[in-house]
Amino acid sequence: MSEAADGLETDYQRVQRSDEFQALKRRFRNFVFPMTALFLVWYFVYVLLADYAHDFMATKVWGNITVGLLFGLGQFASTFIITMVYARWANTRQDAVAERLRLHIEEGTVGQGGGVA
Amino acid sequence: MIAAVAPMATETEQIGEPAVNIAIFGVFVLITLVIVFRASRNNKTAADYYAAGRSFTGPQNGTAIAGDYLSAASFLGICGAIAINGYDGFLYSIGFLVAWLVALLLVAELLRNTGKFTMADVLSFRLKERPVRMAASLATLAVVFFYLLAQMAGAGGLVALLLGIEGTGAQGVVIAVVGALMILYVLVGGMKGTTWVQIIKAILLIAGAAVMTVWVLSKYGFNLSDLLQGAVDKAGEGGEALLGPGKQYGATSMSQLNFLSLALALVLGTAGLPHVLMRFYTVPTAKEARRSVVWAIWLIGIFYLFTLVLGYGAGALVGPEAIKAAPGGVNSAAPLLAFELGGTILLGLISAVAFATILAVVAGLTITAATSFAHDIYASVIKKGHINPDGEVRVARVTVLAIGILAIVGGIFANGQNVAFLVALAFAVAASANLPTILYSLFWKRFNTSGALWSMYGGLISCLVLITFSPVVSGKVDPVTGASLSMIKDTSVDFHLIELENPGLITIPLAFILGIVGTYLSKGKSSPEKYAEMEVRSLTGAGSEKAVTH
Repeated sequence: MSEAADGLETDYQRVQRSDEFQALKRRFRNFVFPMTALFLVWYFVYVLLADYAHDFMATKVWGNITVGLLFGLGQFASTFIITMVYARWANTRQDAVAERLRLHIEEGTVGQGGGVA
Repeated sequence: MIAAVAPMATETEQIGEPAVNIAIFGVFVLITLVIVFRASRNNKTAADYYAAGRSFTGPQNGTAIAGDYLSAASFLGICGAIAINGYDGFLYSIGFLVAWLVALLLVAELLRNTGKFTMADVLSFRLKERPVRMAASLATLAVVFFYLLAQMAGAGGLVALLLGIEGTGAQGVVIAVVGALMILYVLVGGMKGTTWVQIIKAILLIAGAAVMTVWVLSKYGFNLSDLLQGAVDKAGEGGEALLGPGKQYGATSMSQLNFLSLALALVLGTAGLPHVLMRFYTVPTAKEARRSVVWAIWLIGIFYLFTLVLGYGAGALVGPEAIKAAPGGVNSAAPLLAFELGGTILLGLISAVAFATILAVVAGLTITAATSFAHDIYASVIKKGHINPDGEVRVARVTVLAIGILAIVGGIFANGQNVAFLVALAFAVAASANLPTILYSLFWKRFNTSGALWSMYGGLISCLVLITFSPVVSGKVDPVTGASLSMIKDTSVDFHLIELENPGLITIPLAFILGIVGTYLSKGKSSPEKYAEMEVRSLTGAGSEKAVTH
């Protein structure tokens, strides 16, 4: 892990500075922020269409199934998909790294030197 | 949820057999009481009482979250709204579901890793503890109070509908019995007992809705388009309007703006609801918190798909006219459909499930409020932390009693009142007072105490002020009948200043901005050590609260 220990740093700060943690954090933010933007934009596009484009949403695609109904069901589908994609990603990409860092901190094996908070 | 409390039509014949409804509900109460008493045997520490010893698994907790979230109003209210207004009723459920992605991606795991029992634990982690806890706890109590009152007021309507009890006095007695049962569950069972009640209720509710959904679809050869045609035909002239949006919200540009405001509050409110946040502490790890949300999203999403079929099914098989004329009005769509399909027994089952729903949701709200008061205000602000956990739990139990009595009195008082806006208000307060501060404190290094207080108090107060001076409190008159549609029934009293009925569109952006302004106006910086600890803990789970082993 990190080498430079000035004695005033806490274990948490040392971990925070480490490459492994920074990579974990970057991966996390690079995944959840764009994903949040994506589903919020898609949700508000849907809400605005339902609110202001009644005729378009009432257009029938087949039988009595309208565009609006398909878009609404699309919101359900996208929610389920994002949920499963995130869970799979977090399980495979993040959990092992987080667990390794957690054990380092809890067993007090972060770098060397004092300054344990 | 918003259509929950419809004005009661009286003088209409009772369908089904109230005795059957009461008997089935009695069986539910008996079974849950036994489970609650068994679960309570291990209630020793504060972590046991507040967070069920952090011993529930992800799937169990996810089911309990669904039980907490799917209120009677969302079952009866959404079915009724779809039966009467078609597509517009469906719009609600989408906001309620998509909102869970905010909780899944941004809040659940990080909160589990950094907090102990309440939302305020996370917010006060690296900010000044006492003022922030106080603000967070006040916001929690406000949200819970609005939500609780809406549930209890709705209980009176349910009583009229399901048990055939009319007259305010008799309904008051039933509300008091429901309230007393809830107090017993929470007092004895703590979070563990409450969670089991929610799990059992969620299973019953979702299973009941599933049976009815398959039943309805089978009548239309499992063809959704034919079912929709049935609803259109039954509605008669203008029935086509059920298939597209706009029947309820499309009337004026103001009602469209109201809908936009509601949509914003719904999608951002869920991840700030204190009783939802508290559920993440009942599991041992962040990974289990993630699993709980995944389970909750599937259960809630599938349930809302059922309500789509049930709503149109009620429209097609019972008909909007019959629904509006029944006691309970819009809320009676699902019970009437149950009676139409399976007669007295199915009606009794669905009625009992609806009652169990109120009980479970109210219990979840009560334990949240009691925890927040005892843990945040009493132990941290008043006693400055000089109190042992046993004393804290004792205070929580007394608070449960106080809140329970308040809920009963409020429920009796609000019975039949138009308080539907309270649920929307609870979501607006959660989205404005809670969510910005939660997100800032988790993700923004520069964020400080001043920013938190500006955002929380600004969000809370602006919501309350905007609601007070909106048409939901005074001055909304039905143009046709001349009757008041506001909370204040006297049409000569009118102090509404703004037309917006849901404050979210203004207050949510405002609270986000106030958080930034307040942060930069203060010289206070949050300590880098604390930020490091919070950031590392939130992502790795190091030093997080562990499960209690018995």
